[in-house]
Amino acid sequence: MVLARIVVIELWIGVTAYALFAGADFGGGIWDLLAGGPERGAPVRGRIEHSIGPVWEANHVWLIFVLVTLWTAFPVVFSSLLSTLYIPFSVAVLGIILRGSSFAFRKEAQPMRLRRLFGALFATSSLLTPFAFGTIAGAIASGRVPAGIAAGDVIGAWLNPTALFGGFIAVGTCAYLAAVYLTADARRAGEESLVAYFRRRAMVTGAALSVVGLAGGLLVIRADAPVLFTGLTGRAMPLLVASAALGLASLLLLRLQRYVLVRGTAGLATVAAIWSWGVAQYPALLPSALTIDNSAAPDPVLWALAIGLGVGAVLFIPALILLYGLAQGVVAPESG
Amino acid sequence: MGLLSDAAGNLAAARAQMALSLGWHIVIACLGVGFPLMIVIVEVMARRTGSDELMRLAKRWAQAAALLFAIGAVSGTILSFEMGLLWPGLMATFGPVFGFPFALEGIAFFLEAIFIGVYLYGWDRLGPRAHLASGLPVIISGVASAFFVVTANSWMNEPAGFDLVSGKLVHPDPIAAMFNAATPIETTHMILAAFMVAGFLVASVYAVGWLRGRRDRYHRIGFLVPFIVAAVATPPQIVVGDLAARFVAVHQPAKLAAMEGLYTTSNGVAEHLGGIYYSDSLHYDIEIPRALSILISGDPNSQVVGLEAYPPDQRPAVNVVHPAFDLMVGSGFLLLFASAWLGLVAWRRRRLPKSRWFWRLAVISGPLAAVAMECGWIVTEVGRQPWIVYRIMRTADAVNPAPGLPIGLFVLVFVYTGLTVAAVVMLRRLGRRDESESFAGARH
Repeated sequence: MVLARIVVIELWIGVTAYALFAGADFGGGIWDLLAGGPERGAPVRGRIEHSIGPVWEANHVWLIFVLVTLWTAFPVVFSSLLSTLYIPFSVAVLGIILRGSSFAFRKEAQPMRLRRLFGALFATSSLLTPFAFGTIAGAIASGRVPAGIAAGDVIGAWLNPTALFGGFIAVGTCAYLAAVYLTADARRAGEESLVAYFRRRAMVTGAALSVVGLAGGLLVIRADAPVLFTGLTGRAMPLLVASAALGLASLLLLRLQRYVLVRGTAGLATVAAIWSWGVAQYPALLPSALTIDNSAAPDPVLWALAIGLGVGAVLFIPALILLYGLAQGVVAPESG
Repeated sequence: MGLLSDAAGNLAAARAQMALSLGWHIVIACLGVGFPLMIVIVEVMARRTGSDELMRLAKRWAQAAALLFAIGAVSGTILSFEMGLLWPGLMATFGPVFGFPFALEGIAFFLEAIFIGVYLYGWDRLGPRAHLASGLPVIISGVASAFFVVTANSWMNEPAGFDLVSGKLVHPDPIAAMFNAATPIETTHMILAAFMVAGFLVASVYAVGWLRGRRDRYHRIGFLVPFIVAAVATPPQIVVGDLAARFVAVHQPAKLAAMEGLYTTSNGVAEHLGGIYYSDSLHYDIEIPRALSILISGDPNSQVVGLEAYPPDQRPAVNVVHPAFDLMVGSGFLLLFASAWLGLVAWRRRRLPKSRWFWRLAVISGPLAAVAMECGWIVTEVGRQPWIVYRIMRTADAVNPAPGLPIGLFVLVFVYTGLTVAAVVMLRRLGRRDESESFAGARH
């Protein structure tokens, strides 16, 4: 079943893109939360708002892409996941609606009090959503979602060491990516005090993520999810090593103030980590329950999906590059 | 024990939650489909005439559209999750056959999100032509996503493109499912409705201004462009609505019987307006003899199937479907009347209507259009019950039986109430702000 594997790869590209781009948007919200009082935090919040303002909606659509691909191509996986993990999914949904709407409202809110209310909602929901998604990842990876509608433990599936660890790692990754991206954005805008501000945060979260992720993570996962541990330390080992190496390189590049380059290495470190999870549990989609082959939709559906998504990608990827170019000030044909 | 009682309690809560989130999202979605066209029209007018005033209007609308689009993006996401959170039974069995249009909708929505970003962010960064060109994909992908997502609903009404062998789905054909018999009428009905809701809603705002004496060019164009867009969509909508009712009469007689409050299958059936349905018939209603038979087939003596032809557990709730249908049709004709009024005065006298009654009608045209659209969805969805996939799967068999699920409904009621208040307050504030800073300037 090559076709089902192609769709799984498309799906995983969607997950990766969501983590890299939307993840950083959530991370921006986390730094907004930690920016301090309204006056001290104003420049930081302004920088974050300008960086994510034009792109967050487009970045968010990767999530829709993942959902529709999952329910069309692997319907039982989708139904099992959403029905058993309805609590963290509901929390994520709540976070998504509060984050998006309060961010949009904040821009137009006039009295400071109202602005701060929307700001607080935006920032806390930016923390809540990646945490919920992280616990979902942990629940899946540790094999706690069985096949069948609401067949799993609706609490225990996500309230366990691996899932909580996943939540923390997701939040840390979002914050780290955001700090890395924002350092370069601040440099381009010539906001030197913010460059130092975000650079320091990028280095601290990067270091913390490496230590917690590698040492703590492997301890937690080894005790709580031995099958996942075997996969990670076996087939997925090269990717984990690559992720760690890229993470270290990123720290070095941050020290050397190579802010554009570090975007690439930090992003790739995240990509390697996400794919190491995928490789570790391959070919299972819900470990110990469903594999790619025993849950894939029939071929005509997969064909339609693979072609539809392929054609779609040809349309939206150049458009997405145009949008990023505009937002990053690369594309400025006339008024420049 | 727990599981069964949960499933029953979950069904009512899940239906209410879906109705709330869908009913809420769809108003925003209509604006997402219809608003970009109006903004681009005003931008073209502004560029042609070099009018700063009109450019200011276009930018003000773009700001409102940006706000609405952000809310729509997230309220739409909720719906995608709810497909699995609330209806995993539907998705587990039928995801492959009717999931495909959602994937296409996802792509269309992706393009819409990207180009709305380009359009808004590029206002002062792109040249005039490039900027207008970036508005076109927004309009096209908005209409396309409406089309795709409604095909999924038309499939639930008119399932096609698969076989069921002992409860298992075989031979799924996503293309045949997408282009089922109900697709042409349902998608057209909804896309026209989107332009009507968006147009009349925006026009309503400026009609209020007109009654308060704000009649300069800014407010005149602000009223005329959306009102004309909506007015143009209205007459074809009445025709498509009529076709839709005839389609339902043939394909879903139980739904038609509920729409009309008809219990007994008979010939030469009267049309009943209003009334309350109990003891197997409508009471306190207005009767137009033979009208229903004429409307359905053109023959005053033709037969119309009543609810008696269906077992009691397969009859939709008449007291929901029948008043919703009447309200939709009534609102539609009132909107047709308003459109014709403006059209006649503009044609004969070359000016806008002077009567305050026209402007009062224009003020309520937006809410009326929204009510008509919501009622239309109530007719379609409640009229299909007890089925989630017509005659194939019951809604009760699709619901998530997980314990504690109904809590989500209460949280969502709370969130949507806050969201509605916030959206209205922020849009009003946006409308009131007279000082016009450039849109891109505001983003800097």
